[in-house]
Amino acid sequence: MNATHSSSSSGGSGIGSGPLGYGNAPTCYFVMIGTKDNPIYEAEFIAVNTARSSSGGATIPEAKKEEFRHLNQFIAHSALDMVEDIQWSTNQMYLKSIDKFNERFISAYLTAGNIKLLLLHDAKSEDAIRNFFNDCYELYIKTLLNPFYEPNSIISSAAFDTKVRLSAKRYL
Amino acid sequence: MSSSASATSRLSVMSMAASLPSVGGYSSAASSIYAKRNTTNILERHLNKTRGAEVSVNAFAFLFSEMLQYTQKRVNGIQDLERKLNELGYRVGIRALDLLVWRDKNSKRETRVLGMLYFIHTTVWKTMFGKQADSLEKSTENEDEYMISDNDPMVSKFISIPKDVSQLNCGAFMAGIVEAIMDGCQFPSRVTAHTVPIEGFPLRTTILIKLDREVLEREEQLK
Repeated sequence: MNATHSSSSSGGSGIGSGPLGYGNAPTCYFVMIGTKDNPIYEAEFIAVNTARSSSGGATIPEAKKEEFRHLNQFIAHSALDMVEDIQWSTNQMYLKSIDKFNERFISAYLTAGNIKLLLLHDAKSEDAIRNFFNDCYELYIKTLLNPFYEPNSIISSAAFDTKVRLSAKRYL
Repeated sequence: MSSSASATSRLSVMSMAASLPSVGGYSSAASSIYAKRNTTNILERHLNKTRGAEVSVNAFAFLFSEMLQYTQKRVNGIQDLERKLNELGYRVGIRALDLLVWRDKNSKRETRVLGMLYFIHTTVWKTMFGKQADSLEKSTENEDEYMISDNDPMVSKFISIPKDVSQLNCGAFMAGIVEAIMDGCQFPSRVTAHTVPIEGFPLRTTILIKLDREVLEREEQLK
């Protein structure tokens, strides 16, 4: 995981080699999208190992982080089209890597109830992502079984958030 | 925050490990209700934990009759009542879909109509009512109609219908479940329940599934 992010160890500058001044932030952006293309849940994970190795404090100023967040949503949104294309050609749930944006890959997982789980990430092993998606799918089903949870609505449970982050730490 | 999360996970492991003796001693737990409270989060429970669990017909019939009485007070007209039952079934169906697919096939979804209908006919019926549905037929008159029949539907078994609402079909609840499953898998359709009594099975109910046009077009493309 450390090998691919050689430029981030130079710390401080925050402006990396990406053409948009994107920076080489080793973050993964995870979003669950409901049946009406509405986001149900989003989370950003920062790879712990590289964060520790960078020279103290925030490597990227807050303003740049906000930009990345909007960009993440755009990227995820455009990836939805790809998901819908592939959806009918396979009966697998894990749709592997469906799209690429600059250096980031987008993997998708489609649940039986047509909820899309999208993950924006840098190069990672497919197995790890598959395990992560399976974990999140299980958590989603458990949330869904709650009779007070309205399907297609935002998941605001803190316990859910904690579990997703735990799972991300384990697999990503 | 993380320490409390790990504390609850330890608690859930312990409660699962202790579940065998505690089931037998449930009455004693109920009497000391403040001493032993199961605070497992819904996210901690394993999905397969209640996989083979059965609910008694009596309990279900009681619950269903209460649901009927509840909706009866709040509607005017038979159509409305059937629609409300359909909505209740819908709520069951969306949850059943994800849960059953996860438990049964674990990472394969249905993309063809026939596969989906077969899944409903066998797996869904088996989990819900303990047996497979009695028949799955394709209508000869219309391309987009399919029928699933149940000779002895559990929902109607203990409901006696008075003369003035004789057109009511409690199968609307089952129709709601099926409609939710079809909708969830992106096969939007209109699902209705009809009673077609035959020899020996006066309560035989047929669920008619009328697929939307876009589903048929998609099927054509996929062939």
